[in-house]
Amino acid sequence: MGYIAGEYDVAVIGAGHAGVEAALAAARLGCATVIFTINLDSIGNMPCNPSIGGTAKGHLVREIDALGGEMGVAADANLIQCRMLNRGKGPAVHSLRAQIDRREYSKYMKYRLETTENLDIQQAEVVKIERLGERWRLLTHLETEYIAKAVIIASGTYLGGKIYIGDLVYESGPDGMFAANRLTRSLSELGISIRRFKTGTPARALRSSIDFSKTERQPGEEPVIPFSFETKEKLENRVDCHITWTTRKTKEIIEKNLSRSPMYGGRVRWVGTRYCPSIEDKVVRFADKERHQVFIEPCGLHTEEMYLQGLSSSLPVDVQLEFYRTIPGLENVKIMRPAYAIEYDCCDPLQLSATLEFMDYPGLYGAGQFNGSSGYEEAAAQGLVAGINAALKILGRPPMILDRASSYIGTLIDDLVTKGCSDPYRIMTSRSEYRLVLRQDNADERLTPIGRRVGLVDDLRWENFRQRQEAKKRERKRLKETVLPPTEQLNRLLVSCETTPVSTGVRLEDLLRRPQLDYQKLAPVDSQRPELDPMVREQIEVEIKYEGYIRRQRAAIDELRRLESRLLPDGIDYSEIKGLRKEAQEKLNRIRPANLGQASRISGVSPADLSVLVVWLGSRGRAENSES
Amino acid sequence: MDRVIAAISTAVAPAGIGVVRISGDRAIEVAGRIFRPASKKRALEDAPGYTAMYGWVFDADGDIDECVALVFRAPHSYTGEDVVELSCHGGPYLLQRTLRAAFSAGAVPAQPGEFTKRAFVNGKIDLTGAEAVMDLITANSRLAAKSALAVREGALYRKMETVLDELTTAAANLSAYVDFPDDDIPELESGALDKTLKKAEETLNNLLDKFDAGKVVREGIDTVIVGRPNVGKSTLMNLLAGHERSIVTPVAGTTRDIVEETVRLGDIILRLADTAGLRKTDDSVESIGVGRAESRLERAALVIAVFDGSEPLTEDDCELAEKSSRQTSIAVINKKDKGIIINTEYIKNKFKHTVLMSAETGEGLEELEKALGEITGVAALSDNEPILSTERQRLCVVRSLECIKEARQAIRESITLDAVGVCIDGAIDALLELTGERATETVVDRIFERFCVGK
Repeated sequence: MGYIAGEYDVAVIGAGHAGVEAALAAARLGCATVIFTINLDSIGNMPCNPSIGGTAKGHLVREIDALGGEMGVAADANLIQCRMLNRGKGPAVHSLRAQIDRREYSKYMKYRLETTENLDIQQAEVVKIERLGERWRLLTHLETEYIAKAVIIASGTYLGGKIYIGDLVYESGPDGMFAANRLTRSLSELGISIRRFKTGTPARALRSSIDFSKTERQPGEEPVIPFSFETKEKLENRVDCHITWTTRKTKEIIEKNLSRSPMYGGRVRWVGTRYCPSIEDKVVRFADKERHQVFIEPCGLHTEEMYLQGLSSSLPVDVQLEFYRTIPGLENVKIMRPAYAIEYDCCDPLQLSATLEFMDYPGLYGAGQFNGSSGYEEAAAQGLVAGINAALKILGRPPMILDRASSYIGTLIDDLVTKGCSDPYRIMTSRSEYRLVLRQDNADERLTPIGRRVGLVDDLRWENFRQRQEAKKRERKRLKETVLPPTEQLNRLLVSCETTPVSTGVRLEDLLRRPQLDYQKLAPVDSQRPELDPMVREQIEVEIKYEGYIRRQRAAIDELRRLESRLLPDGIDYSEIKGLRKEAQEKLNRIRPANLGQASRISGVSPADLSVLVVWLGSRGRAENSES
Repeated sequence: MDRVIAAISTAVAPAGIGVVRISGDRAIEVAGRIFRPASKKRALEDAPGYTAMYGWVFDADGDIDECVALVFRAPHSYTGEDVVELSCHGGPYLLQRTLRAAFSAGAVPAQPGEFTKRAFVNGKIDLTGAEAVMDLITANSRLAAKSALAVREGALYRKMETVLDELTTAAANLSAYVDFPDDDIPELESGALDKTLKKAEETLNNLLDKFDAGKVVREGIDTVIVGRPNVGKSTLMNLLAGHERSIVTPVAGTTRDIVEETVRLGDIILRLADTAGLRKTDDSVESIGVGRAESRLERAALVIAVFDGSEPLTEDDCELAEKSSRQTSIAVINKKDKGIIINTEYIKNKFKHTVLMSAETGEGLEELEKALGEITGVAALSDNEPILSTERQRLCVVRSLECIKEARQAIRESITLDAVGVCIDGAIDALLELTGERATETVVDRIFERFCVGK
């Protein structure tokens, strides 16, 4: 064994989006923390698309920000274009999406880590972890040893990484980094169940080789809306994206060369990656689709590299070039980095609890792609939760568990640890049954109080939040109490908005409730209105307009929380509970739900099984009472 | 807080008394919404434990039955929670209607063994009883599983699957449109969406209509024959009973004084009651209705109003026509064999169904049978027709239907699609409750099946 290079509270393996949030959270909560990365220059790297946010993902970033995480602030600081998606489809699904200068983002994150107290950064590959009493011992490829009370694995696609391009197969991490080849074995030896997932990325092309006149320009939207509740300065759109389409010729070339793809050539058997399909997957699975959309996204301000979204592939380099050149605008394209598929090791997340700690390995946590998810935002959200919980445990404080009704973060984690996943998991608004409540506009209201209790929300942020809440309360009261008389001016306005005029006084709140009206349209007749933060205004408007639907979702949330409050103690052997069906016993023993709510979401656990559990819990409680 | 549960806790068969039991923290509040004390000064909510209150149980359509409400206050009840027991007349129709009223007032159907389970959890049954309770639940769930299996193979399941499939596709279209705004997803047209929803609404409405008809097939319908003296009520009764004498089977537990005859007429079971007067009794609940043929008439699910066709219309006839035509009813113009001189037009105007017949000779019996089939909806049923068989299934369909209506309303009022989507999810979830799956997962799977999305 090597020499002991350091003793820490928390050790984080990997400095991608999950690792960075985990390390920052733990260090900020006062834990002595070390973060390991194979290459210091790839901290917070974006090996796939140069963008953050999107549907439901934008919600995650807002939630991370509301809890006191870093991603939102970092994205704002390095944003080069922004759009609010789904305008007109309803407030529940409004989502921010931003193009990011990826090198600048990485630099920003590295600097953040470097300047955070209690946090050490190490360029080293962790090759082994093992128990040392109640703590963990980590060994690096430099033969240095570290001891930590908690370990968070956030290994991304580095763990056992293998890249496929046509016939070519080689060991590699993302973006030409080394793979981490030895840690898997150590994890397997501990008894952790490991599996293999696959994902992929398209080629990067040289900007000057693209003819943009043959594409459709997609500019950013003004004004730029920031991710972070704390970003006050005005942000600017600085680049355009472009849209083009594959052609019949593209399809023909791909079809002709399918046998040269590792998967369709029969050399590997990949479980279909539903969210990140390669262009060959799309051509095969949706054979009747004439063409597929391609987004051309700049990777930053000071680079000519362009990301070709929609063209992920594992075909050989020559075939890639051939089919890329059949796409309008890309006729003379020069490829700088080819598309590739990457296979990597990850854990089965059913082994984790909602704190992201391995149930059988106290002090060991997983986050990000290691837990079977896909996407930077999903990774960052888990990193934050794992980092917070590792720290809270070390500090002897109760864990932070976000339920499904609190957030998309809670939904994502509950899905992973209760239902597991068979391909990389992506968050979507349709995954949440409470999506009218879990909006991006009210993420602060939902989570900042939790972040404050945990200790990641500083005084300034807290004060700003409280002021927004106060302003909101005052404005709700004003809207409820202000009655507009049925003046000619008002009725002219109502008629011009195609809604019925009034003959008696009407409350502002009731006017806002009409689908045809909104805050802005009412401005001429509402002269007394105060200056309001746009976020606050949005919250109020949505709450009033969707009141009925929101009330119904709140009732469902109460029901959920009632079940979630019935805790199932640790260490139950469900096969000994008479009356449970066999399938339920097996599933419950495997997933070990923390409460009746989680148990009810396990497929194969019926309402009758739940009843049996309630009775069993009751008899157990009574037996304990009579003993004491 | 636990949900308020309700169930019929006596045998669902014609009997003197039937009890709907409601239990839970808000049981008295729920019962208070469907029970009106006879004394206006009293309110169910104020009743102390172990007291009875006389009054009426009602729903949105009006009064259902006279009723005695027994109030138990926690912890002094069978379940250890607040409990209200509504004792009504025993007919299955009245009890089901009362139970439904309780559901609309906020109760949910009790799961198998749930009253006992709650009794146990609340310490009303001792520890040694725990195993017995679990056995009970297991046995009940096996039974339920068996019948669920029957459902899976049945016409009902196939019907539900079609509706579910269409709703899931609609939800997936909507979700894909929303979740992948940058992908090449066709614009969602709210007209097409509404059409899908409308179709689902019709199918479910149809299932609900047949639920009641199905009940007539299974359990029979409370029927009363009314008319002034000597119009031939008893002859008709004898004809109906006699016609089927060989296959009349007294239903187990039938109290013959209450349901005079159970008669099968074609596919329909009629539980016929005479209006000549009910027996005198010491029973507090039953005695309330005694001697009041009119109340019997009001309570019946089906009224057969008999008129003497060989005589002119009398004042009593008109009054009867007026009263009974307000209910599900059928007019029989009797004594066809003696020549019709009654004003048939008047009667035909009052009633949806009028049959000319002779109870004496049996002429016109087939027409009566046909009219009964139409009026009870049984005629619309065929052997392979999907039928909802339990109150739980019915409730799932009702909930699903409510969500669909809400979704359609949202579309009409131009509320944004996210709200529409949430309503459709609700509709799917309610139906999936019958098969134990979950909307969000089904919808997500469907998106990836149907759409080429992702980077």
